Amino acid sequence: MSEIVKKFMYLNRKAPYGTIYAWESLEVVLIGAAFDQEVSLMFVDDGVYQLTKGQDTSGIGMKNFSPTYRTLGDYEVKNIYVDRASLEARGLTQDDLVAIAWEDFETEEEVENIVEVIDSDRARELMEESEVVFSF
Amino acid sequence: MSVLHTVNKSPFERNSLDSCLKFAQAGSAVLLIEDGVYAALTGTSVEERVKEALGSVKIYVLGPDLSARGFSDQRVISGISVVDYATFVDLSAEHGKVQAWL
Repeated sequence: MSEIVKKFMYLNRKAPYGTIYAWESLEVVLIGAAFDQEVSLMFVDDGVYQLTKGQDTSGIGMKNFSPTYRTLGDYEVKNIYVDRASLEARGLTQDDLVAIAWEDFETEEEVENIVEVIDSDRARELMEESEVVFSF
Repeated sequence: MSVLHTVNKSPFERNSLDSCLKFAQAGSAVLLIEDGVYAALTGTSVEERVKEALGSVKIYVLGPDLSARGFSDQRVISGISVVDYATFVDLSAEHGKVQAWL
């Protein structure tokens, strides 16, 4: 759609359900996929809670949107980063998070899980490298 | 009559839980709801603060909000009671005054 390609980062820092930020962020990622940019998703602070397994919202009357994260590969998002320090402060490990699969439609290369837990130095670098950051 | 305090935000996002615990009188109750439920989980950087509070106030956490976020009763700090909405109502009636920490 566009010939200009920029490095977009979606920076997620809020927990799901208590506020609308997490859902809105995901919606923008999906809609923004139409623009064929180089997208990465970064989860830090309470944002790491968006990726937890086993979310069951039947008791609170809200839509469970966690399955949508697992379709991100279909929208050609392959860079998903989670801040390790944020996980640790919350008593979480990568095992508590969903796995997001990705497949290259041309080469058929498959990656079982593109969720990458990174340390703060790497997160800092990635933020610096991004040309556009959407904060939620 | 003792107060029921409610905290609906994550202890990592806001200092609402901290303030609540500072001002809640011994013998009152604290109910964690919405994003506030994260404070009830084991292994967090606020676990010690919460366990210390159990020495003076009763702490409850709303089960449906825990489940929505992917957590079961098993990850709740021992001593915190997991309750449902019906019990939330009962607690509000029982305590007479509800003070919300936003």
